[in-house]
Amino acid sequence: MKEMICICCPMGCRLTVDDSDLNNVKVSGNTCPRGEKYGKEEVVCPKRMVTSVVRVKDGDVAMVSVKTKEAIEKSKIFDALDALKGVVVKAPVSIGDTVVENVAGTGVDFIATKNVGRI
Amino acid sequence: MMSVKNLIIIGGGPAGLAAAKSAYDAGERDILILEREDKLGGILNQCIHNGFGLHTFKEELTGPEYAARYVDEVLARNIEYKLGTTVLSIDRKKRVTCANETDGLLVYEAKAIILACGCRERPRGAINIAGCRAAGIFSAGTAQKLINIDGFMPGKEVVILGSGDIGLIMARRMTFQGAKVKAVVELMPYSSGLNRNIVQCLNDFDIPLMFSHTVVEIKGKGRVSSVVIAQVDEKLNPIKGTEQEIACDTLLLSVGLLPENELSKMADVRLSPVTGGAVVDDDMMTETDGIFACGNVLHVHDLVDFVSEESEWAGKRAAAYVRGEKTVSDKVQVDAKDGVRYVVPQYVNRTGDEPLKLKMRVGNVFKDVRLCVIGDGEEIYSRKCRVVTPGEMETVNLNEKQTRALKNCRQVTVCLKAVER
Repeated sequence: MKEMICICCPMGCRLTVDDSDLNNVKVSGNTCPRGEKYGKEEVVCPKRMVTSVVRVKDGDVAMVSVKTKEAIEKSKIFDALDALKGVVVKAPVSIGDTVVENVAGTGVDFIATKNVGRI
Repeated sequence: MMSVKNLIIIGGGPAGLAAAKSAYDAGERDILILEREDKLGGILNQCIHNGFGLHTFKEELTGPEYAARYVDEVLARNIEYKLGTTVLSIDRKKRVTCANETDGLLVYEAKAIILACGCRERPRGAINIAGCRAAGIFSAGTAQKLINIDGFMPGKEVVILGSGDIGLIMARRMTFQGAKVKAVVELMPYSSGLNRNIVQCLNDFDIPLMFSHTVVEIKGKGRVSSVVIAQVDEKLNPIKGTEQEIACDTLLLSVGLLPENELSKMADVRLSPVTGGAVVDDDMMTETDGIFACGNVLHVHDLVDFVSEESEWAGKRAAAYVRGEKTVSDKVQVDAKDGVRYVVPQYVNRTGDEPLKLKMRVGNVFKDVRLCVIGDGEEIYSRKCRVVTPGEMETVNLNEKQTRALKNCRQVTVCLKAVER
């Protein structure tokens, strides 16, 4: 049994996760289906969204914010961040543009989360 | 030269954008947004983490993405806005004086004003920490701006004072950028931040969170070299003998947000000493006729979704005011009591039949309580809560019947009661 706080949304539901059988994890205390999924994943293979920034060339701002398109394995967070080192994108940038493909072998891309105009 | 505008919105962040959108949709076309930064979107532009928009858009967005949604709505409606424009003063007659590089000084006369100026961080000077004036002391929001907007790293070894959401978010952000966050120190015995942020920003990276501790001294010549922290007693006074020194080059302060009401004061808007924002009625109108307030300038919110919702309502009601349709009536006062620290709005018009939303914060952590709205001794509304904390705003949504009941009362209080076992 594990007690945990769901991080899916700001509600922060207090979950009780029965992880005695990893093939049949039982979650209680959640108030939505996302909580159940989170509770299960957290004991089997915890995942996190990763957000950061990279430099922009010729942009109307210096940095563009990025996120992993989906949550990636928690253990890969710092590998993912390493993949952003030295990356420079050219303006213009639109929300959703791919910045780095297949981050740290996760199959997930970093995408832009800010529109940046060209100067 | 004086220009005339129906509705001037001060601030182009989440509150101002949502208010503009809904005022437009309520039929108002003569709207002007005044924004002092060079971009619309406000503080969301530097909040690059995700978790925004679950209520509003049913999906999880980052701050810039959430802002872009509302910016697009405003652009699609061709609502006029001015960037890089600082409002210098407003007055009771709703004259707005502002300035920017292109136009110089501008004076407007508005039929209605919406204050959507947001809030600012409490600075070091507000918390009286002894010690040197070395470099390396930043508010958490300043550090956030340096990293996420300007692309500079403000330090390598960090101690964070205050466990509000920005402090927690910055603990993770600094860690992501290669810094070592040695501790988050919190004066109170609980965090004012969201639980999810303690989990995903601190616990994930084994960053210690020390409750009932504070920074008592900052040391360093030229640059911060260490801070001294100490445990505090129930009266929040440091306990002698519990001091420990932590070597660091950076101290971030996340010690609270204050609604930014310098302009409100110029127009004699009455402020609440508890929220630091204006006293408003259920239309979000202040006690100065025609001046409305919404978002963090009114009271500090935890979630931008609730800022948008509140501001859309304010925009709609300001549009009605401009049309001369806002009801002016006798009001019933809504008091906060027994564990509830404040309620917004503070007054409710007796007329009007839109279901009421009351927002509140409690003054301490309470477990197994009922959140009650009491009118003339009768319970109008009650909800069981497993736990309420000062860090999480509570909302009471009254239905039409409960709203009517409240409007007919002489005296209304919102309070906490123990759950009978």
